[in-house]
Amino acid sequence: MATFTMPSLGADMEAGVLVEWLKQPGDKVSRGDIIAVVETDKGAIEVEIFDEGRITQLLVEPGSKVPVGTPLALIGEGGREALTIPSVPPPMPVATEPVAVEFRPPLEASAASQMVRAARRMVSPAARRLAQKYSMDLAAVVGSGPGEAVLTCDVERAREETTPQLARDLSAMRRAIAAAMARSKREIPHFYLVHSVDVSRATSWLKTFNSAQPPRRRLLFGILVAKAVALALRDFPELNGHWDADQYAPSKAIHLGMAIAIRGGGLVAPAIHDTDQLALPDLMNRLSDLVARVRRGSFRSSEVSDPTATLSSLGERGVESLLPVIYPPQVAIIGAGAPQVRPWAIAGRVEARTILTLTLAGDHRASDGHRGALFLRRVAALLEHPEAL
Amino acid sequence: MTEKELRAAIIEEIGNIAPEADFNRLGDEEDLRDALDLDSMDIFNLVAALCDRLSIEIPEADAGKLVTLGGGTAYLKAKLERPA
Repeated sequence: MATFTMPSLGADMEAGVLVEWLKQPGDKVSRGDIIAVVETDKGAIEVEIFDEGRITQLLVEPGSKVPVGTPLALIGEGGREALTIPSVPPPMPVATEPVAVEFRPPLEASAASQMVRAARRMVSPAARRLAQKYSMDLAAVVGSGPGEAVLTCDVERAREETTPQLARDLSAMRRAIAAAMARSKREIPHFYLVHSVDVSRATSWLKTFNSAQPPRRRLLFGILVAKAVALALRDFPELNGHWDADQYAPSKAIHLGMAIAIRGGGLVAPAIHDTDQLALPDLMNRLSDLVARVRRGSFRSSEVSDPTATLSSLGERGVESLLPVIYPPQVAIIGAGAPQVRPWAIAGRVEARTILTLTLAGDHRASDGHRGALFLRRVAALLEHPEAL
Repeated sequence: MTEKELRAAIIEEIGNIAPEADFNRLGDEEDLRDALDLDSMDIFNLVAALCDRLSIEIPEADAGKLVTLGGGTAYLKAKLERPA
């Protein structure tokens, strides 16, 4: 028997609102399955489970705000015997308001399915509150949940369809960024290093590679940088890990957080797991999927909770360099400016070359400038041989 | 496909990437990346979506022609009339 608890989805998260259960009692779950949606200041996050088995009980009803660590569900062994289903059908939930559904914890398997079969219009409490907040008429919202129940995502979608403005709560995101960045500048003694790198070889290699590929198999330059950074981090454990409770814990795995700007303001930096082990096309697919999901506002708990270092890449329309701020509890963030064509001296001659300015902000408690410089030089050296990335 | 239809197709695909984009204020020769804050990933997705939708192949070297609405429409029209 295992207990699924409210996860910590960032250093500053104390509590979260359980918005929706995506699995019901009796459902089989395995490691990595998304079983619930939790609302935090970062937005709605899909929460994965790291146990195998069958859900025996849901302990918290949708709409409840509970502290990190609160048990949310019980997971039994995978076998059938673990699940006890009452033989007598439970009473139908009583509701006088035509659109109301009461969720009562703990939900038993058959009780949940009875509710699903109920012929009334069902609206999850969180969806109802959201509709109230947006002053929306629920009658116009099409439900996509079990039994056509209206879920928060349906309300969001309906709102997006009727109003072109951002559905995301930007003020909450701003608060989350404010909390993390203020903590970073308050607690982390940053040091900064800047290194300009001739990436002409990498850009011309990329041009040749892409010219032979159909559109969906092409790579962005940023992918080369991400892979080079991830590979270099392997040899610099003092830059890849978490500083927690006055102690540094380096991470063996390299989960590079990718700072992704959100249209209309704000940003998040979810991780691509085991970045160093992904081939370039796989990394491209993962990033493209991640960007699409961030824009839709649906990323997963493990992606936001465990980046081991972050890369902030300005892309081709940005400026030439940035001095980023570390996301606690991480200890390093790498900045990549927009590549610029610049006069560059090579073997006593000046040529027009494509120059990338790499920066590193490091936590001086965990590392120092000497090692940081070696790290940036390693990234540069890896970018000189793009075919080996 | 007429020029009007191609233009509508581009606008629809950009809308999938940047739902809040206001096309009424977008000039034909304005750079989409500046006007609508599209990044390289967005342009990548736009090119891929147009290739799928129109069953054409847009070489990497031509992706730069799709960064304005006017240029993109003209490019796609020529492409459909004289497939390479």
